[in-house]
Amino acid sequence: MNIAVLAIQGAFAEHIDKLKKLGVDCIELRQAADLEQDFDGLILPGGESTVQRKLLRELNMVEPLREQIGQGLPVLGTCAGLILLAQEISNDGDVCFGTLPVCVQRNAYGRQLGSFHTEEEFAGIGRVPMSFIRAPYIESVVNRNQTEILATVEDRIVAARSGNQIGIAFHPELDEDDRIHEMFLGMCRGV
Amino acid sequence: MNQMSEERYALNKQLAQMLKGGVIMDVTTPEQAKIAEAAGACAVMALERIPADIRAVGGVSRMSDPKMIKDIQEAVSIPVMAKCRIGHFVEAQILEAIEIDYIDESEVLSPADDVYHIDKRQFKVPFVCGAKDLGEALRRINEGASMIRTKGEPGTGDVVQAVRHMRKMNSEIAKIIAMRQDELFEEAKQLAVPYELVAYVHENGRLPVVNFAAGGVATPADAALMMQLGAEGVFVGSGIFKSGNPAKRAAAIVKAVTNYKDSKLIAELSEDLGEAMVGINEQEIELLMAERGK
Repeated sequence: MNIAVLAIQGAFAEHIDKLKKLGVDCIELRQAADLEQDFDGLILPGGESTVQRKLLRELNMVEPLREQIGQGLPVLGTCAGLILLAQEISNDGDVCFGTLPVCVQRNAYGRQLGSFHTEEEFAGIGRVPMSFIRAPYIESVVNRNQTEILATVEDRIVAARSGNQIGIAFHPELDEDDRIHEMFLGMCRGV
Repeated sequence: MNQMSEERYALNKQLAQMLKGGVIMDVTTPEQAKIAEAAGACAVMALERIPADIRAVGGVSRMSDPKMIKDIQEAVSIPVMAKCRIGHFVEAQILEAIEIDYIDESEVLSPADDVYHIDKRQFKVPFVCGAKDLGEALRRINEGASMIRTKGEPGTGDVVQAVRHMRKMNSEIAKIIAMRQDELFEEAKQLAVPYELVAYVHENGRLPVVNFAAGGVATPADAALMMQLGAEGVFVGSGIFKSGNPAKRAAAIVKAVTNYKDSKLIAELSEDLGEAMVGINEQEIELLMAERGK
């Protein structure tokens, strides 16, 4: 199995380390030519969504990836990755892939002083550590029938799944716990 | 004042991780901040005068007007950093009070203390500090810095010192990796840092925090050079807004950092950028900012 990690800016090395630890091969996506390889899943890492969005566009990577996500490629977006996937962004009209039927708010917890760490229930897994770094959260789910809420923190949605797509507001790649990545790899294997 | 908890320190190091592979740009107005954000900056450094002008004007250089920093915070959605003088913990308290995302305890400003750096463990907001070598880097980390950058020689447009500092750091890290376990204690003594930090470098082969390049980066090629030398991202100060076409140059540097090994792409990015900042050669400088704070 081969997992692609978007590697244009942000904390992609942390996802790659996690995948290697779990014994999975990965490839880095830095430009359109990298998309010609075969991969069974896609991870969109944390970082600055404004930067990633701009680079994705200018490197002509948005349409090919959106097409693959539309065709069922399993995708995990964390923090900035969630923003790239979201169909709506309440405080920023600039939608990137727009494939995940949720509405997110960028920098929803404020500046760095608002960043925090906690532990909460994650559907199907149990309590997991959650690090929120200048994080977004999901204000609302656009289509309740299509979208499952996976986790909430103080009544705010911080993780959701719609079919082959998972969007998470925090950073499972930064904590020791591997279960979210394992769950995603299960999706990629078609389990 | 709040003691920095271990959890807060981890979150602060993690914010730096999110900036990796990105370009942090010096800006002096909300308009420049917007240009930088649109060009793909992963953060901006708000300051009244860019280093090249600090050099030109001379005199004592201090923390920027909080009003000007707040205007920049309002103008952009990316993280905003600001500089305080080395050792000036009250300037740092002010920056924390206005909820800055990162404080740069910077040799670019006039040092306020010629002996002591700020005890950065007393703050909740993160600090980035400059370092010319591994000892300086680990001493700053021990004081609570959650991100390191090379000092380079700011405001010169001359990359030679950033290269020197990055190479020095790399070779010192390589030396520690190759050491026997029982040699690490003496190395810690020589570097004047706690054994635990040296042991971390020995085991992990890297600094315990993210390490960016800074000082003298003026072209996409300079930025890619620093990335190929092992920088995890790049600060660009005077290089952008002292050049002919800031927006175009900024965007080109951002792309060069993402695909720093693709020489064909960097060749394209380097075309028609207009005039680069004129720059001053290392030998022509009267004031070596990198020698401030060790």
